[in-house]
Amino acid sequence: MNPPVERFTRLSRALHWLMALLILSMLFIGIGMVSTVSPRYHELLSVHKSIGMVIFVLAAIRLINRLLTRQPLLPADLPAWQRVLAKASHYILYALMFALPLVGWSMLSAGGYPVLIFDHLELPSILPLDAGLYATLRRTHTILAFLLFGVFLTHLSAALFHALIRRDQVLESIT
Amino acid sequence: MNNPNTYELMKRNPKGIALIGVTILALAALFAYAGGFFSPQRLSADRFIDAIEHGSPPTGFRRAHSKGICFAGSFVGSAESRALSSATVFLGDTVPVTGRFAEAEGNPFANDATTVPVRSMALRLVPATGEEWRMAINDTPGLAVSTPEAFYENVLASTPDPKTGKPDPAKMRAYLAAHPETVAFMARMKARPLASGFSNDTYNSIDGFIFVAPDGTRRLVRWSMQAEEPFATLPPEERAAKSANYLFDDLLSRVARGSVKWRLIATLASLSDPNEAAEVWPEDRPHVTLGELTIDHVESEAAGNCRDLNFDPLTLPSGIAPSDDPIPFARSAIYSASFRRRTGESKPPSAIAHQSAGAKP
Repeated sequence: MNPPVERFTRLSRALHWLMALLILSMLFIGIGMVSTVSPRYHELLSVHKSIGMVIFVLAAIRLINRLLTRQPLLPADLPAWQRVLAKASHYILYALMFALPLVGWSMLSAGGYPVLIFDHLELPSILPLDAGLYATLRRTHTILAFLLFGVFLTHLSAALFHALIRRDQVLESIT
Repeated sequence: MNNPNTYELMKRNPKGIALIGVTILALAALFAYAGGFFSPQRLSADRFIDAIEHGSPPTGFRRAHSKGICFAGSFVGSAESRALSSATVFLGDTVPVTGRFAEAEGNPFANDATTVPVRSMALRLVPATGEEWRMAINDTPGLAVSTPEAFYENVLASTPDPKTGKPDPAKMRAYLAAHPETVAFMARMKARPLASGFSNDTYNSIDGFIFVAPDGTRRLVRWSMQAEEPFATLPPEERAAKSANYLFDDLLSRVARGSVKWRLIATLASLSDPNEAAEVWPEDRPHVTLGELTIDHVESEAAGNCRDLNFDPLTLPSGIAPSDDPIPFARSAIYSASFRRRTGESKPPSAIAHQSAGAKP
């Protein structure tokens, strides 16, 4: 057995903070764009689709990286319920990093929209035209986005809790 | 509570707990602010559609231009169009087109003989090379307003009073006093002879867009789909005697006899021309024929055809870009919200059900 590692690898840390920035931006862009009929709607929507696909690709790289590297262990004295919460929230975060871009791509396909990213790169349609399916996926996209914002807030509270209250090495291991 | 250790830690550090609480609350508040929760004056697409629906939505149908029929055909770009825009739709290949004719009313069962005298054509041009182009164009001389905000005020002033079933004349007077551009539009509409049908009508982009030439030159343009069929008008008394679906019945029998053609004409703006939807540009501006549209098939709205498409006017190929006319941006946002609502509703058959004419492409 190798001794446990104390920090995440450099690549893991870089992916974590880059994606944190992208995902948080996406949540604000998403809720912001549907609140206005000004030209910002169109500009934000274009950016939203492009960043969404970047997140999808980064999520795949990140999952592979996660499976290939060893993670620091949670502090040994961490209560069991916090351990369960930590594990569960990370599973949900990973699932949503894949689900939100996929649902976005699928709903545009079912809605008969061209899926354009970076202005003129056209992605293939991954579902046939289906109005009812579009409506369901569109609603799912909103629900999952709110769920992601909630899990993000929980994740951030937990990080600050480790740093400010427990004063353990958890936040340090990812910075 | 099941772990006094954590609770003890929290009790010992109230400042840390407060800091976490404030951080989370601030982020949640910022998120709500971005979403417009603290800005009731911000005009969102949902607020706009709520105003159009005024409590009685045409469930399952488009929130505006609700009564329509689908068509199919093709478009071939001209050599002149390629000098103006690098869009792939203009390359000269036969581009498949699907589209929709409609009346500009929010009632899917409107009576053709008495409804508002405004008709529209919506198009989706899909070149084999990708880069599709969608548009929704009207047979009106310009628009009644030039901004989404004025459009919203117009909708509110035109909303029937629940007591009388008619718009409040005082509200409309106040609106018109503040919007001379709407008064001018109404005068133009009064002077305009109404086309006798969909097939001999001309439809205008109304909004300005930027054509980007292969050499990068950017030009402000508007376009019109001009009927090749000779124009004919229907005197008001003859129109009043027509049947409730006469526009659609006439179109079906016209297409049954053969294909119908339009010429797509661009109008190039002069530097002095206002890029405002309520302002009509002078007639003497240069016109360029961009290509020809042929419609050879019409059919009732049904699952999977034009019924389930959003003719978002900002679905543009490279070579065509939005201009600083704010209306297409608002239309894009509002069409999307309308699409979201109607796709989630069960779909009653349209007023023109189970009919078709012409060869299916």
